[in-house]
Amino acid sequence: MGSEKPKADLLPGTLDMLVLKILMRGHLHGYAIAQLIQQLSDDLLRVEEGSLYPALQRLELNGWIEGEWGLSANNRRARFYKLTPEGRKHLAEESARYRQVTGAVARIMGFA
Amino acid sequence: MQAYSRWKRFRRRLQYWLDSNERHRLLREEMEFHIASMIDELLDQGMSEPEAYAAAYRKFGNMTQKAEEARSTWIARWVSDLAQDLHHSFRGMRSDAGFTAFTILITGLGIGASSTVFSVVNALLLRPLPFRDPGRLVWITNGEHGYNTQAEHYADFRELNRSFSDLAGFFGYYRAGDSELTGIGEPERLTSVPVTGNFFALLGVQPAIGRSFTTEECQGKFSAPPAMLLSYRFWQWRFASDPNVVGRKLMLNNQPVTVVGVLPASFDFASVFTPGTPVDIFIPWPLTDKTKPRGNTMWIIGRLKPDTTLRGAQAESTALGRQLETRYPKRNSMDPRLVLLEQHVSGQVRPALSVLACAVGVVMLIVCANISNLQLARLGSRQKEIATRAALGAGRLRLLRQMLAESVALSCCGAVLGLFLAVAGTREVAHLHAFNLPLLESVRIDGSTLVFNLLAAFACGTVFGLVPALRVTALSLREGMQDASRGSSGGKRHAWVRDGLVVSELAFACILLVGAGLLIRSFLRVLDVNLGFQPERVAALRIDPSFRISSFAQQNSFIDDVLHRARSTPGILAAGITDVLPLRDDRGWGVAAKGQVYGKSHPPPEPFIRIVSDGYFEAAGIPLRSGRTFTERDRATSAPVVVINETMARTVWPGRNPLGEMLTVDGRTFIGVIGVVADVRHEALEKASGPEMYLPMRQTADYAAMQLVVRTALPPDSVAAGLTTALRPTDPNLPVRDFVNFQDLVDRAVSPRRFLVLLLAGFAGFALILASLGIYAVISFSVSQRVQEIGIRMALGASPRAVQIGIVLRTFALAALGLVLGMAASRALASALVSLLFGIATGDPVTFIEVGTLLTAVAAIAGYIPAWKASRIDPMVALRSN
Repeated sequence: MGSEKPKADLLPGTLDMLVLKILMRGHLHGYAIAQLIQQLSDDLLRVEEGSLYPALQRLELNGWIEGEWGLSANNRRARFYKLTPEGRKHLAEESARYRQVTGAVARIMGFA
Repeated sequence: MQAYSRWKRFRRRLQYWLDSNERHRLLREEMEFHIASMIDELLDQGMSEPEAYAAAYRKFGNMTQKAEEARSTWIARWVSDLAQDLHHSFRGMRSDAGFTAFTILITGLGIGASSTVFSVVNALLLRPLPFRDPGRLVWITNGEHGYNTQAEHYADFRELNRSFSDLAGFFGYYRAGDSELTGIGEPERLTSVPVTGNFFALLGVQPAIGRSFTTEECQGKFSAPPAMLLSYRFWQWRFASDPNVVGRKLMLNNQPVTVVGVLPASFDFASVFTPGTPVDIFIPWPLTDKTKPRGNTMWIIGRLKPDTTLRGAQAESTALGRQLETRYPKRNSMDPRLVLLEQHVSGQVRPALSVLACAVGVVMLIVCANISNLQLARLGSRQKEIATRAALGAGRLRLLRQMLAESVALSCCGAVLGLFLAVAGTREVAHLHAFNLPLLESVRIDGSTLVFNLLAAFACGTVFGLVPALRVTALSLREGMQDASRGSSGGKRHAWVRDGLVVSELAFACILLVGAGLLIRSFLRVLDVNLGFQPERVAALRIDPSFRISSFAQQNSFIDDVLHRARSTPGILAAGITDVLPLRDDRGWGVAAKGQVYGKSHPPPEPFIRIVSDGYFEAAGIPLRSGRTFTERDRATSAPVVVINETMARTVWPGRNPLGEMLTVDGRTFIGVIGVVADVRHEALEKASGPEMYLPMRQTADYAAMQLVVRTALPPDSVAAGLTTALRPTDPNLPVRDFVNFQDLVDRAVSPRRFLVLLLAGFAGFALILASLGIYAVISFSVSQRVQEIGIRMALGASPRAVQIGIVLRTFALAALGLVLGMAASRALASALVSLLFGIATGDPVTFIEVGTLLTAVAAIAGYIPAWKASRIDPMVALRSN
């Protein structure tokens, strides 16, 4: 049942932040978001499709991202997401908080 | 900002939920695009098409489940689960129609009763009075007995006090039908209330049409008010809601009067101040007038200044009262007692309503216990279904919720029925005009009742569903399946829960029965009270002449004429005239007996005064104890005489024969006591009469009304027409409208008590039925569980009788436990009823014994039926059945 490849568990809540960060790059559909997260983390972080779509729904519900239908590179109908101003603000807050927390953890662990 | 974004989120959520089907489709499309992209990638890596498909779908996982998860962020998951639960519930309801109908019926009755009681409590206790800022209005009485106050004191008190922003008053001795209105066709007797000019302003009541009284209008004569205000109801009824009535000139008691305004519908003077006596018009009370009535005649209402407390106002008023007493020693005493108007209005009904509210709460508990019990019994047959569901992966919480959803759905259906019952119930209550309770007419179903109804439904469903739901989910899966396969239920392990429920039902029923029993017995005691008069077949008719009586000779001949005509009317056995009717009107005067000195320690007697003609005692059926009553010869020209009651004879001349003694009312003329009659209960049936004295009508002009009282051979209503025709020649304009049966006066006086007793007895009866059904259900269920065992016993030689005895004994054991608990609780709680009891103690042994016997008998019947069925079990059939 378990995944064959070792994968790094995302810290709770970080998926939302990552999705928002990725969307800073422009309009992207779900598949591209998943791919980008994987690539940018050098294949270390894998986004499960099952958690990506609930996350996208949640972000949209909160008004942080907006989805609209468009055509993909190979002419398929796909849903593209873009960051809203509120989402931008939220991302700033989240990353500040994340930096604080990881900084604190790092200090305790003696990494810094 | 926070709230704003939350609101936006909520709106979006709602929007998503509303077009959830469309969104669901799009979500799937989006996911399919994802999978297609994955396949593309795998194909690029050189995988074959079928392999790529399989790998992509495998990796993506169950798309439906993923979609569900994604959806759950916008449709709250529980909404869909709830829909499913409800679906199950309704399927369950259909499959067991008998249980469903019974549950809905009894929850409906229970919730209907509670909602009705709630709306009464709401109207009488919770809802604010229909005045501006009613919390600052204070009701001011005089002295410890709560008398009213002299108008002169009022004027000075109003001038001098610092606690109230204003004081206002109304005349305490107005009577139904006091005034006569002419100039609009048939002469009409009206109920008019003299009020001070600022009365409506103080209460914050604006006339719906026209205006209130002006200062000039409040400076006329008491007997000839220049202006009047109409009550809304009278305006609707007599003037057909004609807005042009304002400014009309009419004749009130043969004096010209102008209609200056109509009061709003929301202002119901009578329902607040004089329940049961509707008021037609209001007239100004000129305080400057020297002819205004003397003595304690005014009820005062004050509005506290914003920064004054009731306590502070009381302290100032007491001091001010003393100051006024010393400054004007000739006036009556002045000892203001303050109470919030709200408390004054609701105080008298508060104990009764609290009892009703508690009673209805107990009824609801019994209803819940009963349904819980039935559901537990049903669990046996549902065990399999539930076990299957659990096996298919329903979590414990999910099952619990499903069970609760079923219960709440049932009780909501009951609540719908209850709402109909409550609408009917409140309508009935609001139309109980005969009931002497304040604000009763404002009882209705309003928003708060609806909220209460809904809450009651939820609470009730949760309470009665909780025990079975916990039982169900506590059973392990395996057990459930095994149990079910044996066709029995959870077996003995539920038994104590069910027994406990039945015992508590019986205990609660016992409490209600004891409460109702105590009140019923009090009620019977009240009805048995010796009234001092005989109300059967006695009626009164108001006959004040429309012309002005200017001399005693004229008055005496009018009385002669009326009595003669009345007595010669067929069907009339006796006739007399009085100024006040028992149990309706009262007034008291200070008098002094000759040869007695009065002071602070020995206050002069203050008897109730009745002005009556000869024949009144015979007509009303007041027995003469010694001496004689008035005759036609006790006239203006003969020696002044008085008849007193036994209490007055005993208190004023203790141990002596009062006949021949003299007393004085005005301090100058002395009148001789000629007779002693029985005490008459004038204020309330429960209240012993104080001293009373009767003055002959022919010797005084100091009476406000003439009531012809007749004793009839047939029911009084049948002679009403004959009597009015016979009286017509004495005064062609005689407005003869109200024919008052004395029995109605008595009924009205006991009406609040009857109201309480009827409701409580109804609740207790309902509780008894429920408790007996409960015990019946439990015993027959336990019999049905033990069919095989009983079959074996009987096959081994047990007699049917032994089987019966065993079952009946078990019933009695349950009943006895319930009774003991209930009796103990009743004994403890009965002291709360003490203010409502009359003539019996809270521990009245008769009531307790009767209730015990009744409950035991009911339990015996409820237990005997299943016992009898059990004794007819055929061992062969029972053993083969499984």
